[in-house]
Amino acid sequence: MAVVTLTINDELVSAQEGQTLLSVLREHGIQLPTLCHLDGLSERGGCRLCLVEIAGNNKLQPACVTPAVEGLVVRTHSDRLVKYRKMILELLFSERNHVCAVCVMNGNCELQWEAAKVGMDHVRYDYLNPSLPVDASHERFTLDHNRCILCTRCVRVCDEIEGAHVWDLMGRGANSMMIADLNRPWGESQSCTSCGKCVQVCPTGALAQRGSSVAEMEKQHDFLRWILDGREKNVWEYTDAKSN
Amino acid sequence: MPNRIEPIHPEPTLPGAKVVISNAPKVRLATVWLGGCSGCHMSFLDLDEKLLDLAELADLVYSPIADIKEFPHNVDVALVEGAICNNDHLELARQVRERSKIVVSFGDCAVTGNVPSLRNALGLDDVLTNVYHEGPGKAPHGSADHVMPQLLPKVLPLHQVVQVDVFLPGCPPSPERIWAAVSSLIVGDAVILEPAMRTFG
Repeated sequence: MAVVTLTINDELVSAQEGQTLLSVLREHGIQLPTLCHLDGLSERGGCRLCLVEIAGNNKLQPACVTPAVEGLVVRTHSDRLVKYRKMILELLFSERNHVCAVCVMNGNCELQWEAAKVGMDHVRYDYLNPSLPVDASHERFTLDHNRCILCTRCVRVCDEIEGAHVWDLMGRGANSMMIADLNRPWGESQSCTSCGKCVQVCPTGALAQRGSSVAEMEKQHDFLRWILDGREKNVWEYTDAKSN
Repeated sequence: MPNRIEPIHPEPTLPGAKVVISNAPKVRLATVWLGGCSGCHMSFLDLDEKLLDLAELADLVYSPIADIKEFPHNVDVALVEGAICNNDHLELARQVRERSKIVVSFGDCAVTGNVPSLRNALGLDDVLTNVYHEGPGKAPHGSADHVMPQLLPKVLPLHQVVQVDVFLPGCPPSPERIWAAVSSLIVGDAVILEPAMRTFG
């Protein structure tokens, strides 16, 4: 694969052609906030937290779906980017009912932590406070739409790794909703294998183990690496994957 | 000869705080309890022995833990716990803003609306019906009967009704967070909290 050279934060960097900007940045130890991205799943470019500035382009571009090409000049941190990242998180918090204090993921939540990291200490927008249901029809898991940020990690892991494709998005914009099997209660889904992968990749408290109480839910993403290493490299070392 | 222009008395020092001359006028500190569970005030009391350091530097001029009826004038720092749920909260919040130099949104209810704002998604009428009309006893109406403060249509965070200078999230904010903020404020420093000190929840 051809090697390309690009400039990141005033430094020349080599990358493989076709590699995403996000993976190049991570290789060079540059941390960007992400929510919809998860190593091992396809990219969506939906949360917009990994936006970067690209010279000659007035539009900010999400690093996760921007390919590294020859001569690209990239800036990953600026006042403008911090401003937008903060705004994005504020909009996420205002759109649904994210009440950290009474959430199963309190203390382990990626949304909660990204907000703290970027310095979002309050929300400047009006809270929409939508009336959203909780689907507790599944015997092992629950889906709380109040906490969902529509990142679609669950959709992708179910389709790409489990191969069941239970989940989809219904509707548009702020009215979008996660649906199982063409919109039926999760517990009545005929395609769900109850594997729980969607629960483990969910960054917030939207998907949780049934019966979890406040702050009790912790997610394990490492099963994904284990499965992918097994399939791609024929290496099935669960203990190693767990300790990484 | 030692220079006697310097103050003779040893100056009280706080970890991470500026040195303050002991005979300087004390900071006028207030704490306010609006629509919250008082957990933030409990956490404030958990400052434990640091409360003694605080008392060296600040006078508590208004607080639910002090029997003062009216919010005083010329307050330097006001910690406001709780969301704005009713007319009384709104009125007091405006008075606090008018009479205080620095207003601190103290805890998640003040910062986000938090648990009190859960009723926003349900609608006020439905909440009152569920809690009172379908339960035992007489339902309060608020305002019209001059007994109960009237509930606002929506519970709001403090900064949506008055200007807020400092945000201190947490449910409740831990004593460490409270001290990080208060010890800076009473010596006139800007409040800078590490990411781990400013999470919600």
